[in-house]
Amino acid sequence: MSMSTQTKNITIKAFRFNAETDYLPTYKTYEMAVGKDELILDLLNRIKWEHDGSFSYRRSCRHGICGACGIKVNGKPVLSCKQNAQDMIDLFGDELVFEPQSQKRAVKDMIIDKGDFWEKHAAIKPYVEADVDPHPTTETLMSKTKVEQFLDADYCIQCGGCHYACPTLEVNDKFFGPAAFAAAYRFAIDPRDDAAKERLEMTAELGQGVWDCVKCNECVEACPKEVNPFEKITKLHNMQFEQGVAERNVATKHAEGFTRSIKKFGYLDEQDIVLYSEGLGVVKHLSEALKMVKAGKVHPFDVMKKKMPRSEKLDEIQTIIEKVQTSKLD
Amino acid sequence: MPKLKYALYTGCTAKESTPELLSSTLAVAKKLDIELVDLVEASCCGASHLQDFDEVLSLTLNARNICYAEQRGLDVITICNTCQLNLVTTKERLDHDPEMRAKVNEALAEFGLEYKGTSQVRHFLYALIDDYGLDRLREQVTQPLKSHNIAPFYGCHNIRPSHLHHKHNAPQPELEVSEGGGEVSYESEEFLGKYNHHENPYAPTSLDELIKALEGNTVDYESKNKCCGFHVDLQAPETSNALSGTALLDAIDNNADLMVTPCPLCQLNMDLKQDSAGKQLGRDIELPVLHMPQMVALALGCKPEEIGLNHNVTKATHLMYEM
Repeated sequence: MSMSTQTKNITIKAFRFNAETDYLPTYKTYEMAVGKDELILDLLNRIKWEHDGSFSYRRSCRHGICGACGIKVNGKPVLSCKQNAQDMIDLFGDELVFEPQSQKRAVKDMIIDKGDFWEKHAAIKPYVEADVDPHPTTETLMSKTKVEQFLDADYCIQCGGCHYACPTLEVNDKFFGPAAFAAAYRFAIDPRDDAAKERLEMTAELGQGVWDCVKCNECVEACPKEVNPFEKITKLHNMQFEQGVAERNVATKHAEGFTRSIKKFGYLDEQDIVLYSEGLGVVKHLSEALKMVKAGKVHPFDVMKKKMPRSEKLDEIQTIIEKVQTSKLD
Repeated sequence: MPKLKYALYTGCTAKESTPELLSSTLAVAKKLDIELVDLVEASCCGASHLQDFDEVLSLTLNARNICYAEQRGLDVITICNTCQLNLVTTKERLDHDPEMRAKVNEALAEFGLEYKGTSQVRHFLYALIDDYGLDRLREQVTQPLKSHNIAPFYGCHNIRPSHLHHKHNAPQPELEVSEGGGEVSYESEEFLGKYNHHENPYAPTSLDELIKALEGNTVDYESKNKCCGFHVDLQAPETSNALSGTALLDAIDNNADLMVTPCPLCQLNMDLKQDSAGKQLGRDIELPVLHMPQMVALALGCKPEEIGLNHNVTKATHLMYEM
């Protein structure tokens, strides 16, 4: 194969901004031929070395472990030193757009102020809390199964890719975010840890905790280390119920309330789940409820639930719930 | 081409608050001569919430849902993104975790059921595009959507996580025979993720292509692959309103006169909450939001009562007038 078929000519549009001097960001264009083994980090270097020495970005280990070089390419969070550039051209075509992970936190070009990320990371205490004998006479052993419960969560390198891809965080400053949750899970499930309950309580609180996750899976998509933060968020939910940390509130009742309807109909009773979860708070849905009645979507006078669909072989569903369900909401 | 036949997993919403989704789905299937067999034994998928409360229960109920399609020897079609993700998440877990599969099958054995993993689970959108084919669909259009600027809203659970999308929603890649005669392995998820560009979650195209096939004008806007916030609407309505309102305004600012989505939960949130989202964001929001099958049914000239525009909260008056 000749060299020419292996290189691709592309245009890079890079976000340029200096918080000290600029009012608005601009996009500068760079043309280059990209070889098949080049990484996004190589392209960042080439902008700086061949075009503009003032171009700024973070880089350090070049081995996908320090987490410093995360940026967004055409909206996709990537770790620059791990991401093959031609794969990005395959996905997005011959115009690549380089942007910082979070534009509103931009300090200079690709560099952002990650302060909020580190604050939240620190808040969940990302370390094992335990009274450890400083002079142990035997090793502390952990079974393979125990280690496997948190091994993938432990691969997190704090690059911030998921944190700045999370739409909840964009609109709710209190929210811990996917990386902090993955860390909270990683230590809460560690058999040596004594602070599991505290971590579960912290991540159970409405507003900042896991119940405000919109379940969009952007974090799963963003992670360069396959940590799957969304799966860890689900595990934190489960642990809250298993360890009796979950308090009765609109969100926990909503999750638990599904079993109520499914037992009765097989289907979810959409009206009942809102009434049950909200309690008296249901009044705030009044104007929307009226709109739904008007559009023939809900049937407020159907007290006998004649309009509710019912699964055939409902007895099977009821037996499954009776025999399989282990979680409870007190 | 043999007649297409699937097991239809309707989910709850299509049989409750969005009856227009079910009627338009059935109307489209009838027009295109696709046979849909309702999985009448199926239960709610848990809508991504039951799994937070009791994971094993969620897996068992969804395994049972899939079992009834397997028994009929049919692949499953879903018409809700969240049902789609819940079913394939279950499938993925049981196909790769023998211990969990045994546990679930033990509970199902009492009813003579066994999850085997023989049925594929896909959203109707991808069955239309990949099995029926857009070229054939184009030939069936009697009411082209020429005069409409339609904003596609993809909905999270059909396109993310992409490794699940590529594995389940996309057509299975044809196996290449390598030089030695053996098959090249397509087993690893990494491989599928890299080489099957059916839908790039950062720049999805399927709904755009569908709109074009129906001769509508697609609206290109940044929010098309973003989250509508439905799943936190009870506990965090401000989050939900901010996300849905931003997406609606983005579509409006790019000259959309309609929005279309394959997910009834997105549809409900975006259709019903325009006033409260508009109030929060300080702008008027009015944009009719159609279910994907409603849009297809319109272009195929289905009956107004099948399309069910009267059930949409934000009325598509211009469409009703055209009909």
